[in-house]
Amino acid sequence: MRQRRRTWQTLLATTATLTVAAVALTGCGGTAPEAKSTPKAAAASFEGKGPINYVSNRDASGAANKSIEEWNAAHPEEKVTFIELPDSADQQRQQLIQNAQIKSDTFSVLNLDVVWTSEFAANKWILPLPADAVPTDKMIPATVNAATYRDSLVGAPYYTDGALFYFRSDLLKAAGIAAPPKTWDEMKTACKAILALPEAAGMSCYTGQFDKNEALTVNFSEAVASAGGSIVDADGKPTVNTPEAKEGLNLLVNGFKDGMFPSDAITYLEEQGRHAFQEGKLVFMRNWPFLHASLSATDGSSQVAGKFDITSIPGTDGPGVSTLGGRSLAISPFTPNKATALEFVKFFTSEEQAQKRLALSSRAPVYASLFEDPAVVAKRPFFPTLLTSLNNAQPRPKVVQYGATTKAIQEEAYAAITGAKDTDTALKDMQAKLTELTK
Amino acid sequence: MTTTTAPPAGAQTGTPQPGRPRKRGHRSPGEGRMAAMLLSPTLLVLALVIVYPLLSAVHQSLFRAESGLDADGFVSDVESFVGLANYADLFVGESGRRFLNAFANTTFFTVTTVFLETVLGLCLALAMNRAFRGRSFLRASILVPWAVPTAVSGLLWRWIFQSDGIANNILGSEILWTAEGNASKLAVIIAEVWKTAPFIGLLVLAGMQVIPGEVYEAARIDGAGWWRQLGSITLPLVKPTLLVAVLFRMLDALRMFDLPFVLIGSGKESVETLSMLAWDESNQLRYGSASAFAVMLFLYVAVVAIVFVKVLGADVTGAKELKLLSKKTARKNRIAANQATATADEATADLSNSDQTKTEATR
Repeated sequence: MRQRRRTWQTLLATTATLTVAAVALTGCGGTAPEAKSTPKAAAASFEGKGPINYVSNRDASGAANKSIEEWNAAHPEEKVTFIELPDSADQQRQQLIQNAQIKSDTFSVLNLDVVWTSEFAANKWILPLPADAVPTDKMIPATVNAATYRDSLVGAPYYTDGALFYFRSDLLKAAGIAAPPKTWDEMKTACKAILALPEAAGMSCYTGQFDKNEALTVNFSEAVASAGGSIVDADGKPTVNTPEAKEGLNLLVNGFKDGMFPSDAITYLEEQGRHAFQEGKLVFMRNWPFLHASLSATDGSSQVAGKFDITSIPGTDGPGVSTLGGRSLAISPFTPNKATALEFVKFFTSEEQAQKRLALSSRAPVYASLFEDPAVVAKRPFFPTLLTSLNNAQPRPKVVQYGATTKAIQEEAYAAITGAKDTDTALKDMQAKLTELTK
Repeated sequence: MTTTTAPPAGAQTGTPQPGRPRKRGHRSPGEGRMAAMLLSPTLLVLALVIVYPLLSAVHQSLFRAESGLDADGFVSDVESFVGLANYADLFVGESGRRFLNAFANTTFFTVTTVFLETVLGLCLALAMNRAFRGRSFLRASILVPWAVPTAVSGLLWRWIFQSDGIANNILGSEILWTAEGNASKLAVIIAEVWKTAPFIGLLVLAGMQVIPGEVYEAARIDGAGWWRQLGSITLPLVKPTLLVAVLFRMLDALRMFDLPFVLIGSGKESVETLSMLAWDESNQLRYGSASAFAVMLFLYVAVVAIVFVKVLGADVTGAKELKLLSKKTARKNRIAANQATATADEATADLSNSDQTKTEATR
């Protein structure tokens, strides 16, 4: 009898487990394949108020948190929760996409890297913003361009970034060169004079970031744009089979061939370049503004503190064209509280908040006027130069399949600069791959 | 409702069932059913976390997202059934070249690293098995590389192999270890062997310690030297353990992802493995071909495991235990192959610190 009861209990327990599992199984099996196929029209109306989540990369400075606290104090019924994503950009993108694919309403306001704009907009993972949502006329044009997909603004520019050209002002002076070079030819001439100096023994002329990485796409884009070319045209069609693109890539290829770049620059990312420049091994360097502070450190960690200066990157005929970094805020179509989300985006990206954040964060704002504020410039001496760089900046290729595009660019550009392919073959192959990706 | 009853039926005919009741033939049929019921939750969990993802991956690999944009520039969100086209693409064109390259890399890394690890691990075990002062200290220190998370050891070795790093300083060379080329392969092999030789060493050591001392004593009395003892006593007796250790390592090495990813970087063809390729494809939102890569990797791992067990299992003492064990490993690897992306997540999570500068820079 006892034995029997136990059997019944077991059976009951087993059945219960089975049912739960079966529900789970059919649940998974039933919804997963269909999740992609229900079309969702992008709702243009922003309705619904209530708490929302802001999902973003980390802000170590705490400036973003300050803005959110201020919003929450004023809007107790529409509180914003800050969801922090991992540091790796790839992983942030993955999480954002996964949430969008299952139409999760967890992420309301998304902080997007400028290069993801097209992909998210084309997949309808973000909503087009109303025309008057953000004061685009006060913003640096390139940042607005980067947040635009097919003539509609899909993101509110949040912060931006551009290239700076670091140079050793002490050596330029010693070699009797009055102004920093504006073109690659001028840079070559300057290098010849400087490297002949006894104090420049063992130094190399220039470096950017040439490891097979997103940074290579940045450096290649800049070289091509600085030579007057582009990677894709206004319609999104690839244009790397042009003479300008060839001239741009040749700048990099010849830099390695002529020994103008150190041979190990092929393994350089931002940090390795900084290291080499900081140890006095380089005369010129293309890098981002965030290095300015560590290069100027006077605690002995930098051998070049006070001996360097910055300007815009060189081009072929005049100043070069920087690519654009930075982020913008976009609204998920799957959040129920779209009105709150829109209001929060307006608040967060307003000039007032941008100015407040400058007290804590060194991220460059998108409002041109903030770059000229004397109080700000005193703290961030690179701002005026950065503004010049940004005014002349162009986004990286705006394509939907950005991930595959940047991989293809890295692949071919890397093959060219390592000498595995000649420039013509590399660009021909790149054009073919990009044509395939943008058709 | 059909789904509710299907799993127990499957459970009764499932792999562990036919062997066990027969072995314990004296049990009544009622008890057998009871055992099946008791086991069914476990089997269900296994079905959920292993069979379902696997089938789902196979299912996914038969589909492909429509490429191209509509007139308004929107991506069509239709996935169409393409049959085996994703698999056919593994052997032609650009994707075929990448797949075969990754396949070759995976095989090359598995063969070289497992061979070197085995040799080195055996030497470590022999060293640790002798009684000497500081033996426990040596054992503990040998464990350190194994205890370090792979992504972290990848970072450590990246610093070592930097162009101005320790490796080049010691060698007095200017090798670009992290650039494309054979040097990067070598860098991965060195770091991998450094990390996993202790694993083999410890497993083999465990095998050595159960060899009774009398056997050696008798051998010594018979006048057998150290080499003779090694060849005729130690090696034959640790062989079962060693084979299991080697099998574990092989299956692990076939799934290699985090070390080349962190040490050399993603997208470098010289070190791209099948797992990295599957991760990259899923990162590009091409889930169909990503699943096809993952399924191929799973089949490869399964075939290697089966061949290894069948070929070497024949003359292994206690072959049955080994078989059972390797089945478990094969299963484990099935999940692993399936969840190549999940591993990728972990790896990138560990990576996040190193990527901080990159993220900053590209923000």
